This record gives sequence, C-alpha cells and structure tokens, in this order.
Amino acid sequence: MAERVAGPEIERLIQLLARLPGLGPRSARRAALHLIRKREELLSPLAEAMAVARDRVTTCSTCCNVDVSDPCAICRDGRRDGSTLIVVETVADLWALERAGVGGALYHVLGGVLSPLDGVGPDKLSFEKLVTRVAEGAVREVVLAVNATVDGQTTAHYLTDLLAPHSVKVTRLAHGVPVGGELDYLDEGTLAAALRQRTPF
Amino acid sequence: MEWRDEATVLSVRKHGEGSAVVECFVRDRGRWAGLVRGAGSPRLRAALQPGNLVEATWRARLADQLGNFAIETLRSRAADWMSASLPLHGLNWLVSLARLLPERDPHPAIHDAFAVVLEHLGDASAAPALFARFELAMLAELGFGLSLAQCALTGATEGLAFVSPRTGRAATAAAGAPFAGKLFALPGFLLGVGAPEADDVAAALRLTGHFLARDVYLARGLPPPDGRRAYLAAAGLRLDATPPPDDTRHPIRGRERA
Repeated sequence: MAERVAGPEIERLIQLLARLPGLGPRSARRAALHLIRKREELLSPLAEAMAVARDRVTTCSTCCNVDVSDPCAICRDGRRDGSTLIVVETVADLWALERAGVGGALYHVLGGVLSPLDGVGPDKLSFEKLVTRVAEGAVREVVLAVNATVDGQTTAHYLTDLLAPHSVKVTRLAHGVPVGGELDYLDEGTLAAALRQRTPF
Repeated sequence: MEWRDEATVLSVRKHGEGSAVVECFVRDRGRWAGLVRGAGSPRLRAALQPGNLVEATWRARLADQLGNFAIETLRSRAADWMSASLPLHGLNWLVSLARLLPERDPHPAIHDAFAVVLEHLGDASAAPALFARFELAMLAELGFGLSLAQCALTGATEGLAFVSPRTGRAATAAAGAPFAGKLFALPGFLLGVGAPEADDVAAALRLTGHFLARDVYLARGLPPPDGRRAYLAAAGLRLDATPPPDDTRHPIRGRERA
C-alpha cells in the first residue's frame, strides 16, 4: 500500500476533489497541490465562492433552474419572450442553449427524462409545474429541447400528450447534420433523420 | 474469453465519466451486459440506443467478469422510431419484458419472437397482437405458461373460449358459459385460429397482463411497466377491468402450473 505523503486534511481535500467530474485521483492530487501553492490567489477565493454558493444557491420555483435568487435571473428578465418556453432536461442543457445565444425565451428544466427501465416516472420530474405554467395562458409555444435519445424522445411525446388540451404550439429541435459534420462519418440514423427533415434552400 | 455476435441493445447505464454498462440481447447467449469504454463519443452514443442492432464483441479475462464490449452498428432502428410515440412506447415495453429474463441464459425462441415484434413496432395494426403473443411466450418462458391446449373441465381441445384467472387453464364456450363473468375471454388468434380483431387483441392483452402482473411483477415486487400502459394509451386500446383473480368460488381448479 502506498504511503501517505501528506496530512489527513490534505488527503481529504484530494479525496473530495477526486469526486468531481473529470478528475481522477492523480489529477485531484495535482489540483490540490496547485491550490495549496496558490493559497492566496486561488484557494481562499475558491473556498469563499464555494461557501457563498452553498449558502445562497437555490432552485427557481418557476422554472427549476439554479440561481442565487428565486425567481432566477432568467425568469426575472423582462426582455425575454414570455410566450416561448424552452423545455430542457437539465440545467446543463439550459446553460448550453444560453451559450448559443439564440433563445431569448424562458425555460423550464425537467430535472431528467422519463426512463421506464430505471423507474423514473412523471412524478419524479417537474411536469406538473410545466403544465401549470402553460395553463396560465401566457405561453404560446413550447419548444421541447430534449436529447435525441430514446428516453428523451419518449419524454417529448409524453409532454406533447400532456400539453394537448392546452392551446399551445408544441415544437421540438430538429435532428440532423451538425456544424462541421461530414456525411461519411455520420451514423445512419442521423442521416436518415436529416434527409427526412430537409428544408427548402 | 471472447465472443462476437449480433445483438440488440436493451439498455445503457452510465458508468463513470465516459463509459457505460450496456446490456444486449443475443440470440444464443441471452441478456448480456458489458462495459463500453468511450460510450459518450458521438459515434457510440448514436449506436448505443435501445433497439439498435449491433455487432458486439465481448472480451474478458474470466467468464464471470463483466467484461468489455466493442460495438459496431449494424442497423440504427431507434432513430426511425423517434418521430412517433407508438414505437417508442412499444420499445420501452418490449425491452422491459426482455429484461425479465435472467442474465446470460440463452432463450433463442424468445429472442426470435422479440426480433419479430421489434421489426413491426412501427406497424400499429400488427404490433399489439404481436405483443400479446410475446407476453404469452414470456409467461411460458418464465415458468408461468398458461394451459390453453384443452378444456380444464371437459378435456375438449376444440371450442376453447375462456381462461380461468386463477389457474390459467382454458375452458370451452359451453363449459365456461355459466361462469363467463368470472373468466377471461380466450381470443382464437392466441391458439393460432383466425386473424385478430381489435377486441381480440384487447382481450388477449387483458389476459396476459393479468398473469404477468400476478405471477411476475407482483412476485418480484416490481410495478407493471410504464411502457405497456403508455403504449396501450397511444394505441387507443382500452382494457376493461379484469375478473377477480382471487375468487375462491372459481369453478376451474386443477393442478399447479409449472
């Protein structure tokens, strides 16, 4: 067994860092050492930022996004088009769409997708909140921006049925050739979907 | 240890950052799981969708180990089904049924039936009847097969029209008539007689659903699959209430089923 080279406090820091996505034990050790070396410039501000995040981050009661205020900054933004609601699986998807900068709409975070095989049913996702928002009447279009997976599309169809009684337009993201994608390297399913959903040029 | 075979992807469970534990259904090996490294890559993400036909190469140092899969797409079916709800719900239902089988236990006949249902998932007119037959075959494969070959009361092999919800044994129309309200209807197509009408399909699914719920899901402490309910709703199939399964006054008693 390898001998410990640092005290228990540092070992604990390494262990916790190793639990972060993208970091293994070796890279966690390097990150911990870097933080210790840059104690004033990095470690202290990081610790403070994490403490603030721990104390203040909350889930938006309207859209289920995470922010330091409730409602979140996106829901409070009066410049956004309140008649369009983009439904995403996770907060990471919301951030990805915001990075793309083409939304300008409001969001709703489901918190996952239906997965009958894993026992994730409608009661474990924020479907009720979505229907309540739509029923309030301000929303004219719901964009289902869920992943192009079997579970994602099952969720999309379920939501379409759920929203059918409301007079709202339900759309979904197109499936097709990604920017920079070469046809030769694309899977047959994507190619077939792209061809089926071709648009006038 | 190494084998290579055609397989249908059943499920994908994330494992760590970029890997996944993938479960496949292989004709001569049954339900088989293995680790796929780099499962988050664009190529593999498209391949690793339930329902896709793949060529799977499994390698492990010892037979009991989880082992690693190398996956190549042979037929990307999942993408074809994503635009409609019926095949997607059907896929979820079919996969949940296949996952009732024990791991690494070959079931070639069930696999062949599974492949037929999979081929017809998008065919709203044929798929429900195929599902009923598949559920019946699954009951038999799991050791809860129904005894539909002859009447439990008279021994007749013709004119069978009812099934006891208690014993799973058939009865002729004449013998079962006095108790018709307590028995399931036995649609002829389950015995290979005639083409199924919508009412026959509903009756067959009511029958298989009752025995699956009682003998399989309840016994294993599992809820009935959401995919079944969603599929039946999407297909517009309404199943009436089932007869009381625990009716002790039931006329058709008999031997314990295998």
